[in-house]
Amino acid sequence: MVRTLLVRGLLLGLLAGLIAGGFAFAYGEPRVDSAIALEEAHAAREAPGHHHGEEELVGRPGQKAGLFLATGLYGLAVGGVFALVYAGLRGRVGPRSEGGLALAAAGTAFVAVILVPFVKYPANPPAVGDPDTIGSRTLLYVVTILVGLAATAIAVATARRVTAGPWARWVAAVAAFLVPVVAAWTLLPTVNEVPDGFPATLLWQFRLASLGTQLVFWTAFGVLFGWVSDRAARRAAAVPATAALPV
Amino acid sequence: MSGLSTPSVIPFPRLRLWLLAVPVLLLIAYLVLMDNGAISQTGAYLHELMHDGRHLLGVPCH
Repeated sequence: MVRTLLVRGLLLGLLAGLIAGGFAFAYGEPRVDSAIALEEAHAAREAPGHHHGEEELVGRPGQKAGLFLATGLYGLAVGGVFALVYAGLRGRVGPRSEGGLALAAAGTAFVAVILVPFVKYPANPPAVGDPDTIGSRTLLYVVTILVGLAATAIAVATARRVTAGPWARWVAAVAAFLVPVVAAWTLLPTVNEVPDGFPATLLWQFRLASLGTQLVFWTAFGVLFGWVSDRAARRAAAVPATAALPV
Repeated sequence: MSGLSTPSVIPFPRLRLWLLAVPVLLLIAYLVLMDNGAISQTGAYLHELMHDGRHLLGVPCH
């Protein structure tokens, strides 16, 4: 039972990751290319004659293929973790139908793990960001993910204590989620490493493409996981009934 | 229809062993999204290969 769910999560996560990779390739890569062109033009102005094209470990075509490797492996890993969480939640927390739970859990994961960090530390294209601060920025990013997950747990626990009907339960859940999240957004240090003169439109388009990539991943994954789980449940329910029929 | 409305609850003891997969999966996610050579020991190679994915999945890259 758990193994079926885990394999389902791994495979559908890989598939959803590749779908998200396709979106990122179509809508994100042109922005990455523009940002790299700006970065190189800037470097050429700073140090004319200096070329660093030959010493690249992975060229641009390799990095574009690496995009699918990255989103695919990301989907595999995230899909596997999702499936194990789903296995623990099923029948205990959230919607009772398989498809409903898959969609609700994927939507919640997108908000907690993607949207909460994105609002505070939005994605940045190449040419934005100081390599010397990568360690602290990664740590802050992970902290916001943990805040999102903890806030989700608090929201679920709060909602389960409220017995006054669905409206009161939803208001309590949203409030219990937002209080720690907004507190973290306010208290955590702000990072702004966008260089002066970097085109605002390009930054906006890149960030939209980046958020879109995650939205495509979580939508595709939630729909696929819910659809396959619903189908499996329907089949499991139908088998004993058919077997009992006299031939 | 009963299979849709009442999903079977998996007892936690049956789930426990499978949770060992979580650190492995998180390690994969770490290598893809964040490693700059500290664990993979490949220097900047993994960073460069996963470069576009890191930027477009929204994690801090460089």
